[in-house]
Amino acid sequence: MERKPATESIDPAATRMLREARRAGLETAWDRFKKQQPQCGFGQLGICCRNCNMGPCRIDPFGEGPDKGVCGATADIIVARNLLRMIAAGAAAHADHARDAIIVFKEAAEGKASSYKIKDEAKLRALAAEYNISSWEERGDAADLANAMLSDFGRQEGYVTLTRRAPEKRRKIWEGLGIIPRGIDREIVECMHRTHMGVDNEPLHILLQGLRTGIADGWGASMIATEVQDILFGTPSPRKSEANLGVLKEDEVNIIVHGHEPILSEMIVEAASDPEMIQLAKSLGAKGINVAGICCTGNEVLMRHGIPVAGNFLQQELAVITGAVDAMVVDVQCIMPSLGGLAACYHTKFISTSPKAEFPGALRMEFSEERAAEIAREIVRTAVENYRNRDMSRVIIPREKSECMVGFSVEAILNALGGTPQPLIDAIVNGSIKGIAAVVGCNNPKVPHDHGHVNLVRELIRNNVLVVTTGCNAIACAKAGLLRPAAAKEAGDGLRGVCESLGIPPVLHMGSCVDISRILVVAAAIANRLGVDMSDLPVAGAAPEWMSEKAVSIGAYVVASGVFTVLGTVPPVLGSPVVTRILTKDLGDAVGATFAVEPDPFKAARLITDHIESKRKALGLKV
Amino acid sequence: MKEILVRPERCVGCRSCEIACAVEHSQSRDLFKALSEMPQKRLYVEHVPEHSLAVPMLCRHCEDAPCVGVCPTGALTQDSLTGVVRHNRDLCIGCWTCASVCTYGVIGRDRRARAAIKCDRCPDREIPACVAACPTRALIYGEVEEVSGARRAASALKLAQGVAASSR
Ligand code: SF4
Ligand code: SF4
Ligand code: SF4
Ligand code: SF4
Repeated sequence: MERKPATESIDPAATRMLREARRAGLETAWDRFKKQQPQCGFGQLGICCRNCNMGPCRIDPFGEGPDKGVCGATADIIVARNLLRMIAAGAAAHADHARDAIIVFKEAAEGKASSYKIKDEAKLRALAAEYNISSWEERGDAADLANAMLSDFGRQEGYVTLTRRAPEKRRKIWEGLGIIPRGIDREIVECMHRTHMGVDNEPLHILLQGLRTGIADGWGASMIATEVQDILFGTPSPRKSEANLGVLKEDEVNIIVHGHEPILSEMIVEAASDPEMIQLAKSLGAKGINVAGICCTGNEVLMRHGIPVAGNFLQQELAVITGAVDAMVVDVQCIMPSLGGLAACYHTKFISTSPKAEFPGALRMEFSEERAAEIAREIVRTAVENYRNRDMSRVIIPREKSECMVGFSVEAILNALGGTPQPLIDAIVNGSIKGIAAVVGCNNPKVPHDHGHVNLVRELIRNNVLVVTTGCNAIACAKAGLLRPAAAKEAGDGLRGVCESLGIPPVLHMGSCVDISRILVVAAAIANRLGVDMSDLPVAGAAPEWMSEKAVSIGAYVVASGVFTVLGTVPPVLGSPVVTRILTKDLGDAVGATFAVEPDPFKAARLITDHIESKRKALGLKV
Repeated sequence: MKEILVRPERCVGCRSCEIACAVEHSQSRDLFKALSEMPQKRLYVEHVPEHSLAVPMLCRHCEDAPCVGVCPTGALTQDSLTGVVRHNRDLCIGCWTCASVCTYGVIGRDRRARAAIKCDRCPDREIPACVAACPTRALIYGEVEEVSGARRAASALKLAQGVAASSR
């Protein structure tokens, strides 16, 4: 097969905008990445430590120079500690996100945040039962649930509640290793304590805390965020939309929502459909108001409202360069600080909304849950009024956009299967579906944009592996047309048959990055049905283009949950032979799953299909 | 003839040049893969405590190279065109005569080959690996005439500014 090397992006829309960026003399992440070359070898190997002021210390990876930091820390200790700090940062991001969602939920329940309503009553009831809130029906008890969830963060006794959702066998393994997370915040704080100079200095001991913190994220923070957002904004169900920069409209006000939290973007979507706002837009010569998403804020409104998605992580700058964006509205996480300078080259208003996140060159319109609807309207109004300033001669919108079918929450998948996971299990047992792969994660200019994502997913479905996706991988798949039911044609015969009979795509969009918790729930349900552990299932995970610390935390909980995971970009651990061995080998004995690193998506697919085959054999299924 | 010239005042001691040198002299030429090869670096970032400075030291490829003259086996030779001092491991007997006479102390010992090891100016690269890796441009690769010329011009400008200011 012809594998044409694309150096920067395999997406023609991105390539087109990159060309425009160069013509206009504008700098993007790709240019800055080039200027960073070659990147520091100590950093790439994870063997520099700045944890105290006797340092910075670095270890010579080739064994001629220093082999210990001032305190005596070896490469193994330094790498393990650095990795633990990455996990802590990633889990902290998800935890903070979840906490904010609960606070909005609580204020909505107390009537303080009147812009928000409970959209999924059934989920509220089910969650209240899980948290043992018996009298949820009476007024104010949703607030009790909120308090119960909040107490998971600072829990002093017992364990993070939703870890009970993990299969019995899995929990036994965690118990045996002593890694069932206690409070969510506590695990994160403990990571920081353990990595302080002179505390925890045994690589395996350090990494087990990493797994515990990861579990606190996956089966705690992220899962809570997903559940609460479903309760407040509705549980996603299948719907059609479109993806790529071509969703921007030449003759409408374009508002991009970018970042990770749906709390404000939900309100913006609502405000943008307000007849008064549309009227205002029309009076200024626009045909209407077009809201589009980028990154996970984009995924959230895509999954719940079918709001089109303009691109994934590496396309945020390119969106501004279309000259057609009247407002780029951001909250938290994965927002490039370069946007301010770039927006200043156009008429684009770069609006930051989170009390936590400020950016150079941003117009600040801070969000508050009490005044959510009002603030959203102000933001939309600002965008609409800014349409007048758009220089039409500078507008270049690439044509590319693809149809996609999104919205496969756990509930929606069960629905599509007729209420139980049995048909899916049958398909796996009879071999028409070989297994399931969760392919997730960011973009990274170290890899040609979307090359790892799209090729890995294509290769997997071709081999009858059902793919579930979230985050920027989901957006890459949407752009490549893999989220259309018609994409079943690209799948192997078995998977194709299943998809065609159900009318679903071979790649199921399960949401944003926090929604990887949904994938855990599906895997747990299948394991429970079969009476096995998650590590026995023919499933695997992959993050072909990951870059963020959140991805490291996600990797930790996916592996801790027993799912073999392939990374496409090399994590900063190779400077320690011991840590590398633990991650790629020893963890298998401890939690039944390991990491593998494989930058080539075709080889990565092979690793995954081999793994799935071996699990099928072990279960006595035909391969 | 291009030389690697050092601007010690710009060196921040990050040792990126050392890592790049080692990787360039590995089989795989890839940082991650080179880890299993343990390649050796051929330049040294020396710390000068008296001045709290880091100074990158590497073979100067001296035009009248003492190491070449003393090598009893002919392992060291100098390219008449480029001036690069090359080392032939096959001929080297590890007598360290070269190391005794090198003014800069930049001839190292290859532990496995039991032979001298020195800067070969990265024959397969357009720009030597250390120069390309230096984030502060403390290492430059250029003609002595050009570099000196630029420095002369900069100094002249400074001098001229001084003269102009004092005659005002
Ligand atoms: S903690 Fe140890 S290795 Fe890290 S900077 Fe301090 S002395 Fe160096
Ligand atoms: S090894 Fe030393 S003496 Fe020989 S050319 Fe290099 S700097 Fe000069
Ligand atoms: S150590 Fe090798 S290169 Fe140096 S003088 Fe002796 S034989 Fe020549
Ligand atoms: S890379 Fe440059 S700044 Fe860093 S140690 Fe080498 S010469 Fe100095």
